[in-house]
Amino acid sequence: MFAIYKRELRSYFISPIGYIFVAAYLATSGIIFSICTLNQGQDSSVATYFMMLLYVFVIALPLLTMKLFADEKKARTEQLLLTSPVSLMGMVAAKFFAAYTIFAATYLVSCIDFIALYNYGTPNTAILFGSSLALLLVGGACIAVGVFISSLTENQLIAALATILVILFFMVTSALNSYIDSAIIRSVLNWVSIFERFSNFAYGYFDINAIVYYVSISFAFLFLTVRVYEKRRWS
Amino acid sequence: MIKIENLVKRFGDKVAVAGISFSVEEGEIVGFLGPNGAGKTTTMSMLTGYLSSTEGTAEINGINILDNPIEAKRQIGYLPEFPPLYLEMTVKEYLNFIYDLKSCKLNREKHLKEICDTVKITDVYNRVIRNLSKGYRQRVGIAQALVGNPKVIIFDEPTVGLDPKQIIEIRNLIKELGKNHTVILSTHILPEVQAVCDRIIIINKGKIVANEKTENIDELFSGTRRMCLKVCGPAKDILNTIRSVTGVAYAEILGNNDLDSTSFLVESTPGVDIRKMLFNAIVARGWTMIGFESMGANLEDIFVSVVDEKDESSGKKKKK
Repeated sequence: MFAIYKRELRSYFISPIGYIFVAAYLATSGIIFSICTLNQGQDSSVATYFMMLLYVFVIALPLLTMKLFADEKKARTEQLLLTSPVSLMGMVAAKFFAAYTIFAATYLVSCIDFIALYNYGTPNTAILFGSSLALLLVGGACIAVGVFISSLTENQLIAALATILVILFFMVTSALNSYIDSAIIRSVLNWVSIFERFSNFAYGYFDINAIVYYVSISFAFLFLTVRVYEKRRWS
Repeated sequence: MIKIENLVKRFGDKVAVAGISFSVEEGEIVGFLGPNGAGKTTTMSMLTGYLSSTEGTAEINGINILDNPIEAKRQIGYLPEFPPLYLEMTVKEYLNFIYDLKSCKLNREKHLKEICDTVKITDVYNRVIRNLSKGYRQRVGIAQALVGNPKVIIFDEPTVGLDPKQIIEIRNLIKELGKNHTVILSTHILPEVQAVCDRIIIINKGKIVANEKTENIDELFSGTRRMCLKVCGPAKDILNTIRSVTGVAYAEILGNNDLDSTSFLVESTPGVDIRKMLFNAIVARGWTMIGFESMGANLEDIFVSVVDEKDESSGKKKKK
């Protein structure tokens, strides 16, 4: 399992995709940070910054996950992994954590931005930590969705686009609320919405429910990926 | 070593493998032969745990591939039809990855070096796989199957797309491997199995139609000895003389050649060596024999006859 993790991690930096992700993410998050926080000049509020980052995830994270399984299928190396002494769960987990490592490391590097806040203002450290933790978990959920979708196709582009659509759906379902009369549907949409749940963190409220929700989504999609492979073997 | 019992695989309504049973002993090289779409690859996929069987069991070294897949897979080195290579890696990185993937316990440097020497890829060890020729890629694929020194090695069409020299090299390599490993290889190239395998299993439409030792397979299906003679002299008289020799079951004229000689096809009745008598009979009449060639039924003939026979018999059943 560790072998797959290591290979996957390396492959991000053999192809340009790893560099593109890191550069694009750092640049975009930096720009958003300048516009939404530094240039506002009033206080050290980071709420808008974190909310905006979610939209960056929608585009950026599928870049990391699109190749995970789609590429193996196309290169027919999938057969090698499936006939080697590694469990399916191990294989899926290794790929998930490889993508997650790149994402988490890049996010942690982007936290350098916060130094500016401490130099010129009085940011709330608890909010920074709470929101960062939540963001790391949201990222995990998005990556799990991407892993699942990548296992369904052998075309990386389709994997990326489908992942963007699904994550976008999870993010913005609450935005549909103003068009819907039924209170029940509204509450369901709110419940599913990653965005709605995240807003609590951005304003300093540590929401355990949301944490559980993000982790559950990650596990659910990783489990579905394992099922995809099991089903294919038995079909 | 390998025991397959009543293995069945259905894809929806389509039956790809319809109840195959065979076993392979330790140190045997078994050739798995059949036309395209016969179910060779499917059987191998089930044996290696890539696909699950609909019915039946496959055991490697007494370990059931479905009950204990990880332990069973540890016993197998598998080269699929398309070598599973990560093109962006160097051969060195790739083999090290495989070494880790199989959580191999042998001495890394020494083991990988031995494999590279065996399959002759030492000179491309530090090159990126993408830049290698087809023959080298195939060999890297074989090297991959050898990592961890598995007891059973399974090759799916190992010589497809190679040039004749490479084919001979790979065949020799497989023979060499057969000394220390149990090898199963699939192919539709007939001389290949004849050259390499101890035993031949012929499969058609998901069923085994023959399972014989290589040296027995000729006799089993031909039952007669065939030879080709070239004799100078009047064709019809010679033919009559040949037919009069006891033990000749069948003779016919194949055609005229240079030097006014004629070619004859002669078949003897099973178990009788007619070569001496044939020669003497012709020489006694004063004709000159300028060619004498023994033609064992080749595997192509056997293959076509076996496959057709089964087709006919199944066709007849349908008509009934």
